[in-house]
Amino acid sequence: MKTKVVLRLGDDISTDAIYPGRFMATVLPTETPQYAFIDYKEFNSKLISKQIPPNSVIVADNNFGCGSSREQAASTLKGWELIIVAKNFARIFLQNSCNLGLRTIICPTIEAKENDELKITETEIINNTSGKKFAIEPLPKARQAIIDAGGLIAYTRKKLLEKAGACHHSK
Amino acid sequence: MGKTIVEKIIAKATGQATVKVGDVVEPAVDMAMSHENGALVINQFLEVYKGTGLKPKVWDPSKIAIIFDHRVPAESAKTATNQKKIREFVSAQGISKFHDIRGDQGGICHQILPENGYVRPGYIVVGTDSHTTSHGALGAFSFGIGATEMASVWTLGTVLNVEVPGTIKVVVNGELPKFVSPKDIILHLIGKFSAQGANFKVIEFHGDTIREMSTSGRLTLCNMSVEAGATSGIVPPDEETVRYLRDEAGAKDKLDMIVPDADAIYEQVIEIDASKLVPQIACPHTVDNVKDIDKIAGVKVNQIVIGSCTNGRMDDIEIAASILKGKKVAQDTRMLIFPASWKIYKEAMSKGYLLDLINAGATIMNPGCGCCLGVHQGALGDNEVSLSTTNRNFKGRQGNPNSDVYLCSPAVAAASAITGVITDPRKGVN
Repeated sequence: MKTKVVLRLGDDISTDAIYPGRFMATVLPTETPQYAFIDYKEFNSKLISKQIPPNSVIVADNNFGCGSSREQAASTLKGWELIIVAKNFARIFLQNSCNLGLRTIICPTIEAKENDELKITETEIINNTSGKKFAIEPLPKARQAIIDAGGLIAYTRKKLLEKAGACHHSK
Repeated sequence: MGKTIVEKIIAKATGQATVKVGDVVEPAVDMAMSHENGALVINQFLEVYKGTGLKPKVWDPSKIAIIFDHRVPAESAKTATNQKKIREFVSAQGISKFHDIRGDQGGICHQILPENGYVRPGYIVVGTDSHTTSHGALGAFSFGIGATEMASVWTLGTVLNVEVPGTIKVVVNGELPKFVSPKDIILHLIGKFSAQGANFKVIEFHGDTIREMSTSGRLTLCNMSVEAGATSGIVPPDEETVRYLRDEAGAKDKLDMIVPDADAIYEQVIEIDASKLVPQIACPHTVDNVKDIDKIAGVKVNQIVIGSCTNGRMDDIEIAASILKGKKVAQDTRMLIFPASWKIYKEAMSKGYLLDLINAGATIMNPGCGCCLGVHQGALGDNEVSLSTTNRNFKGRQGNPNSDVYLCSPAVAAASAITGVITDPRKGVN
């Protein structure tokens, strides 16, 4: 898949930066996207005015999504179908993203600037602008299993039905 | 081969003889906590049941706690409606550990859980709040999860796909100097680790300083472990844990005192000499930007905050009152005190501490998360500076992206309130 870097960020981007606490009364995934990176005014207005197509990439350095466990930080980015490439992620954010189907890619050596064109394969990211290639680190297996099941809601529903079925049979 | 405390707790919660780091397991949950974001959990929980033909029913209403604290009383119609929706759900599902906005039961979730004896050593505790790490102070494996993950817990009673984390052992020895507190230990540690130094790991606290520390101080340590990225902080339970649970939390049942083996395998061991520590300040805009107080003393502050799940307990208010009694908060500085629960509020009131603080010029707020996360109460103006005993100083954290937040201990906050600039309490304040 070919795509473009639409935002380049550094280390320790917190969920307060992604989705400030003052909008936390808004909880439903359908309502959260409007507040994505709202204090990054230029980027937020590009999202709102639909100048950023789905599957565009945010590239960050280490510890993306640190801080609060607020799930709005994942749903707000999922709402725009963005892809997040980072050197590594904070634990709760990574789990929330996998649970909700926000695509997160761990790429420890990534080098990319805003507007660079990227090609993303199963195993590597090719920066077409610089010509360099960077290996993708697989997601933790526990997280991949949830993605493969279609997200945590679907995964839990399947387990619930198995449990209900087992109870039914044992009676 | 020896096991860490978290390996032992997870083994028990999964019914296995042993587990090892990296195993993917599904531990049974003993306590599942949410606050106002319970509204989103309910939404996701009902989503799980959609199309199954089954009636939505939580796995065990006695193991779920919901505490209103993030925006109390409601700051908007939207919040009030979310709170109403949660009340209806709690009543329909028979969830009894529900703490509404009431003086006889309310407070911050991470204070309400320990204070009411909802946490025991050896428990698996999950909460839809990153500071759920706090409850490791009582020897539980306690960690934050998202709302959808909580919906899964409410459905199944287990946490799906948990990877057994590695553990970092932190050994703290030596006597804390006067006006140096557990907050300074954890800020120092976060500075040392960086904001990601303990990502995906557990921090297990050991040493004489920890053994002699009150549960309140241990809550502060475990609370902020997440700021170094840790999945959880944990203190192996001891006599103090038993004292707290029996005398303060009213726990009467038998306690399962799971402790780590002496030969447990740690990924890293860090030693800290508490006697050499000085008051620490986390400077804007990251919690790991930690400096000794002498590097930052003199910075002008507009607002001082004492409170939050990190430092809003009795000993925190007591030290602030002792420093401020008979003194005045600087004229161009405002000071807000948020007791962590109404139980603490009432005790601080009957001991006269609140009156001392009010007479000094402080404003006593109702228990709750208050301005810590910039939702309501005590927002900052443009280019203003806050000095706060809370846990985060990210840009915009206290409601305004054009402001600065410094983090400190209650003693530093109180001493600085008098001068209006960041002040070392060891140097005396007149």
